[in-house]
Amino acid sequence: MDRRSFIKTLGVMGAATLPGKKLFAEEAKEDKELMGILVDTTRCIGCQGCEEACAEANGLPKPNLDDLDPEIKVKTSVSQWCTVNAYETDVGEVYVKKQCMHCNQPACAAACLTKAMLKTEEGPVIWREDKCMGCRYCMLSCPFDIPKFEYDSPIPKIQKCTMCWNRLKKNELPACVENCPMEALVFGKRKDLIEEANSRIYKNPDSYVHHIYGEHEVGGTGYLYLSAVPFEQLGFPTDLGTTPFPEFTKDFLYAVPVILTLWPPLLLAINRATKHKEENEGSEV
Amino acid sequence: MDTTIGSFTSRGELLKSEFKRFIKFFISELRPKGKLLTPFNFIAAFILLTGVILIAIRFAKGLGSVTNLSQEYPWGIWIGFDVITGVAFAGGAYVITFMVYILGMEKYHPIVRITVLNGFLAYVFYAGALLLDLGRPWNVINPIIGNSFGVSSIMFLVAWHFMLYMMAEFIEFSPAIAEWIGWKRVRKFLGALTLGAVIFGITLSTLHQSGLGALFLMAKNKIHPLWYSEFIPILFFVSSIFAGLSMVILEGSISQKVFRHRISSKLHASHNDIVFGLAKICAGTMYVYFFLKVLVFIHGQHWSYLNSPMGYWFLVEVIAFVLIPVRLFTQAVRYKNITAVRTAAILTLIGIILNRLNISVIAFKWYEAVRYIPSWMEIAITLTVIFAELLVLRWIVNRMPILGDPIDLEAEENKYRQKTLYPIKTKEPEEWKVSST
Repeated sequence: MDRRSFIKTLGVMGAATLPGKKLFAEEAKEDKELMGILVDTTRCIGCQGCEEACAEANGLPKPNLDDLDPEIKVKTSVSQWCTVNAYETDVGEVYVKKQCMHCNQPACAAACLTKAMLKTEEGPVIWREDKCMGCRYCMLSCPFDIPKFEYDSPIPKIQKCTMCWNRLKKNELPACVENCPMEALVFGKRKDLIEEANSRIYKNPDSYVHHIYGEHEVGGTGYLYLSAVPFEQLGFPTDLGTTPFPEFTKDFLYAVPVILTLWPPLLLAINRATKHKEENEGSEV
Repeated sequence: MDTTIGSFTSRGELLKSEFKRFIKFFISELRPKGKLLTPFNFIAAFILLTGVILIAIRFAKGLGSVTNLSQEYPWGIWIGFDVITGVAFAGGAYVITFMVYILGMEKYHPIVRITVLNGFLAYVFYAGALLLDLGRPWNVINPIIGNSFGVSSIMFLVAWHFMLYMMAEFIEFSPAIAEWIGWKRVRKFLGALTLGAVIFGITLSTLHQSGLGALFLMAKNKIHPLWYSEFIPILFFVSSIFAGLSMVILEGSISQKVFRHRISSKLHASHNDIVFGLAKICAGTMYVYFFLKVLVFIHGQHWSYLNSPMGYWFLVEVIAFVLIPVRLFTQAVRYKNITAVRTAAILTLIGIILNRLNISVIAFKWYEAVRYIPSWMEIAITLTVIFAELLVLRWIVNRMPILGDPIDLEAEENKYRQKTLYPIKTKEPEEWKVSST
């Protein structure tokens, strides 16, 4: 542990003794400005235009655009950052686009020891090639199993959706949003998207389940989903809870500076207390 | 030779001649000491050769060419066994140094060096095996040189601790190297660092033994509920105590046979006494561990999971490889049965392998249709790492004063004083003397 992190963690510890709200004040502020994408699955027709646009915008091979078969589920991969799958549900076939959820407090970024996986201030979670050492702890930590690793390359990369970070920097919309013919995808401030999603539910209470997937899941995600059927039927994990995943390691990280500062004097004290008088210092191995 | 003792020139020449002597000595020591054509050496050579070829393939073609890792299972046995189990097995070093240097339990002094050496080599090789598993190992310095500190990452803590702990263990072990070469002053200096290194080492071990468990805290939805709990770090720490000591017991038994000629009569005589002492500590900490396991189980309210294949597997781990060995340790100590202690130690070690592999591989995504099973090449490379460590261990134990008494450098120096310009003192101060009391 380096000094900087030590001091930082001590600071966090200090903050932790204050009322709980203080600790999350910073995160709440960031949350206002985060960008996200709202997916209205009731509008999606499964044309896979987003898949194609995604591949083109990010220099990936052209994906398989055959008609969707509910029997076959395609997962995102090193060469395909977003996938559209068909699901048999209570209201018939529903098409769902899936990709990185761009969590508000991403497990992958908390897991990364080099900050290669980074939650940008604008919201997208990106991966930086020059930092990553390929430990794949992000893959282990991600609740949605999104980061994909190039096992067949001697210079492997982590591949995942970046919310078209490069296009966003040029003030362009994410490729998938721009190319959706049904306006099933909306890009915007996460806060506004939640309002938009709620107003759609209020206006058409019979067309939607009254839940926005991603509003609270794992502490909130950048991608938000609306659906006509319960989200289990669309293959979403519904047992993840609302706690941001980095919280699970926080208790341990708080204990680190405590042990680092308490153990040495304690051990030295025990050593002195148990020392025999006739022993010579330091000559024993 | 016309030199004045203490002047700059003589110091320089002294260092030069000393360096030359060291190189000559080192080259002479490189030669094998025993028979070369033994079955063990044949097997080791075969495995090393295979391993080196496989490692070359791995770096040329990527991890997928030799491992069965997948997008679903990013970590296999190189992490689950080599690193996570290997480090638990190396826990003996911090426990024994705690007992000897902090608590002053002199009875265990004769096994300090072999234990620290084992621990150090385990870290170098098993934590070093991490480099094979890293997809982009050339970036391994990033979290160290500080261009991007991921301080919120448990992995960051573990990486730093591995590095620092290796240094601490090297310092703890270094007096043996100085004695081997015959550097008296260096030996004295290094000896003075020992207590500091021990305290630092125990602190680091507390954190990274538990930290290895904390790595899995974020895999909450992926590890079977019978194994996942927020107490994983504490369970990892407590189990590293008896895992390390069981390894010390096992290594001791093997050393008694393999390195018979290197063992001091003192260690030989006290060996059984030491083993029973360690068995007692194992039993104590294992009862604590078992109690914690039960507590976590009851607290988690996972009764319903017990009646399932994973539940039976959990019971195998906890009953056959925790409860039975802990009983065996207790009985073995009571009836002074050394074979029973060794059996218990082996059962305990199997239990640790099971536990670590359960969390990292077996109970990890137990629900997937296609499970990860290591390829023969992953196992071969793991064996390569183990054999490489054993060969280095054997080389060191056969040369340095590890199992025998520390070398009395005063006697050594008298021999070699005649050949060098080493500053002559008529009588060494009493406290310079190396003794093992």
